[in-house]
Amino acid sequence: MEKSKSKAWLYLLPAIIFLGAFMVYPLIDVFIYSFEEGYNSASQSYFGTGTYNYLYILHDPYFLMALKNTFILVLVTVPLSTLLSLLISLALASVKKIRGLFQTVYFLPYVTNTLAVGMVFMILFKKTPYTEGLVNIILSFFGQAPIDFITGPYWAKMLVLCVYTVWVVMPFKILVLTSALASVKEEYYSAARVDGTTSFRIFTKITLPMISPMIFYLVITGFIGAFKAYSDAVAIFGTDLNAAEMNTIVGYIYDMLYGNSGGYPSYASAAAIVLFVIVLTITVINLLVRKKHVFNG
Amino acid sequence: MKNSNSLKKSNITRKALRKGAVYVFLSIWAIAVLFPFYYMLLTSFKSYSSYNSEFVPKLYTSAPTLENYINAFKAVPLADYFLNTVIFTIATTFIMLCVIIPAAFAFSRLEFKGKSLVFTLFLALMMIPNELVVITNFVSITELGLRNTFTGLVLPSVTSVFYIYLLKESFEQIPDELYYAAKVDGTSDFKYLCRVMLPICRPTVITVTVLKVIECWNSYVWPRLITDNEAYYLVSNGIQEIRENGFGRENIPAMMASVVVISLPLIVVFLIFRKKIMEGVARGGLKG
Amino acid sequence: MKVVLDSLSKRFPPRGKKGKEVIAVNNFSFEIPHGKLVGLLGPSGCGKSTLLNLICGLYKPTEGEIFFGDETVSELAPEKRGVGMVFQSYALYPHLSVLQNIIFPLENLKGKDKLSKEEMKKRAYEVARLVQIEELMDRRPSELSGGQQQRVAIARALVKMPRVLLLDEPLSNLDARLRLQTREEIRRIQRETGITTVFVTHDQEEAMSICDLIVVMKDGLLQQIGKPQEVYDDPINLFVAKFLGTPPICTFDGEIKDGKLYIGKQEVMSPFDLPDKKVYVGVRPEGFVPEECGKFICTLSALEVMGRDVSLVMQNENAHTDKFRAIVDSDMPIDTTKTTVSLSLKRNKVFLFDKETEERVY
Repeated sequence: MEKSKSKAWLYLLPAIIFLGAFMVYPLIDVFIYSFEEGYNSASQSYFGTGTYNYLYILHDPYFLMALKNTFILVLVTVPLSTLLSLLISLALASVKKIRGLFQTVYFLPYVTNTLAVGMVFMILFKKTPYTEGLVNIILSFFGQAPIDFITGPYWAKMLVLCVYTVWVVMPFKILVLTSALASVKEEYYSAARVDGTTSFRIFTKITLPMISPMIFYLVITGFIGAFKAYSDAVAIFGTDLNAAEMNTIVGYIYDMLYGNSGGYPSYASAAAIVLFVIVLTITVINLLVRKKHVFNG
Repeated sequence: MKNSNSLKKSNITRKALRKGAVYVFLSIWAIAVLFPFYYMLLTSFKSYSSYNSEFVPKLYTSAPTLENYINAFKAVPLADYFLNTVIFTIATTFIMLCVIIPAAFAFSRLEFKGKSLVFTLFLALMMIPNELVVITNFVSITELGLRNTFTGLVLPSVTSVFYIYLLKESFEQIPDELYYAAKVDGTSDFKYLCRVMLPICRPTVITVTVLKVIECWNSYVWPRLITDNEAYYLVSNGIQEIRENGFGRENIPAMMASVVVISLPLIVVFLIFRKKIMEGVARGGLKG
Repeated sequence: MKVVLDSLSKRFPPRGKKGKEVIAVNNFSFEIPHGKLVGLLGPSGCGKSTLLNLICGLYKPTEGEIFFGDETVSELAPEKRGVGMVFQSYALYPHLSVLQNIIFPLENLKGKDKLSKEEMKKRAYEVARLVQIEELMDRRPSELSGGQQQRVAIARALVKMPRVLLLDEPLSNLDARLRLQTREEIRRIQRETGITTVFVTHDQEEAMSICDLIVVMKDGLLQQIGKPQEVYDDPINLFVAKFLGTPPICTFDGEIKDGKLYIGKQEVMSPFDLPDKKVYVGVRPEGFVPEECGKFICTLSALEVMGRDVSLVMQNENAHTDKFRAIVDSDMPIDTTKTTVSLSLKRNKVFLFDKETEERVY
């Protein structure tokens, strides 16, 4: 048994090597990059150290746009998708027939390629010379003039992005909330009913507190996920997100790193660290709020 | 008596109405989820000319055609994208299993100094967003000259702290006595892992494998950074390429056919492993 | 194979900052002769399972040596010791069939001990026949009853022909009826194979009924070792006397004065070649004889007829327990109209213990 001490490290070795090379080292490196002013990967040179990179991106209109887009996306989709998934899970919990079928259907977007299905959304919304797009045709029944959702006004593009983002994140939330609701013991409901509790009171006093840790978990992961939005936008608006005014922070990072405007890993690093700090702050605020409001059974 | 009966009746109708409303609500969402899939399938069977002649898109087609599928494989190297993705997915998943299973075993079964410290460090890594490390990884892979190679594609994606954690939890469910019994019989640690732990924890191993396969199949960002040679495109990058440069003109039915081909394998995998996937995701969900 | 333990100790390091070092086994020495069935007996937490794990090799002793025959095995890994072990919860591999479970240890053999597939199967069926589970070989453990699982676990322990067979609380997971059956079974299998066997139990009846030798432990210390009847008839101290026997021994406060034994004011027996002192008196339930001339008077609170025997439930102000039981022949004349009984004591069923040390003085 004593032998196992050194053997344990042998078992851990591959994981440590890979994590060290592709997680720990890059983590340290990204901080270094972010302070190396104007590092250019083509010439492998930089002209000093300091906060220049941060100042640069904070004055870059593309970054500010990405920041704005990301914040709108987060503030719209996280509450909306959480609320909608809660409603759907509650509805699911109240039915027995074909519940399994509904659950399977609802989960489908989780396993499909975001890029691929995004293209379908684009087509549904897109106005072309041949057709105004299915969504516009439906809107026209309500007397709405056709809107160019994909290349038109900012709010229309943002709307499409939000709709698609909600569609993409719903499966995970519905699944988590459904299993949370299923884990609330039937006895609680029976006991409440025996006491003549109304169903609204049962919901607010029993169901909600019992699943509040899970709702909270969804809000936190939802925030983190939405702040990292990128491929949804690419799916609908193509790879040149700056031109479409639909770039996100993560998109900005990749654009700085690679592509037409790429080759500036230090700007990308600075943007990545700004993103990290934002996410960290929001998470900490969330955790503080949680302490006050969430029931911990 | 009469009164209570009619009260009962109105109660029953109210219940039925509420039930009906719930089903309508659930069905609306089901349609919202399924409609894009239906539309994509439908469009992929419409001919180019008939699609473009419909100002109001029809929700059925009277003359289904396979021409778009043939087009999808002929006009763009969809089959190559497909093959690349299969190679990438299998290689990544296989190497990942070889890395995480021993690590989870060490954490769950073996005793060594600093175990809890190392495990805490591992958990801490779970908090690190991918965007933070992808920059340096991109630079190192580029400097190593591994762009446009499978090695460059695979290597950074083969460890997952989350899956190590999931497996470790599952391994720890196995009673200690089984390990002692195997020890008394002279079973080596490695053999115990292969012959006892893995078979008992097969459900978790399958879950982890399937989740990783999904992740690989849908991965877009890293492959996009690391490949600019079409010969190494994965399906996600391929679909983007098709959209921007494929087919010479905006051929939406052919695009939809490619989208169907790309989505189908995962939907099949999902329908087979439905329970395992949903359980696995519910247990810890997607990281981040 | 005889097993010798020589001043064996096992101490566990303290847990946490405020924890105390735990001495699970304290300076143990005894010898288990070849081919005997030995029961390690004691209340829970007395270190008997630790001792078993030391013999098996899952624990390394802090001090002392273990010998199998003349060979020391203290430093050997479990698999090198040639022991078979049956775990309390059986530890059957849930994903393997009964046959695969039994073969499992054989597959670990290497070098010259390596067996062919056929030999393994033959060996597996031999032990399966011995424990009578041949017809269950294709089943999974979850499809077996507790008793059947127990047999599979024994078969798996026996298949590699161990030098020593170890059983950890083998009967504790079985219901009362199966327990009786299974302990006979263990006895039979041990007789047929002749393998030196050690088993751990907290149930003294179980140990008494099938063991050649019993080892009584308390707080990591060896109390007494001997044949069950010897230990019962000749306990070394109050703990051993109390631990063995159902119903338990009856104990009283007593005193030796002028070579006579008093319980309370009543002189109950003489003569004793002991100095005057206060003692504890232990009387086995079968050591009471109700007769007119009996000098020990007790209050009779109930009388339970159990066929061959009658159990008298009595009270006495000097007894350590509120009520105590005596077992007497059913043809003994007992006047149930009276509220008291007069009893004489059988001399060989009475033990005296020192009040301070609780050691036996007579």
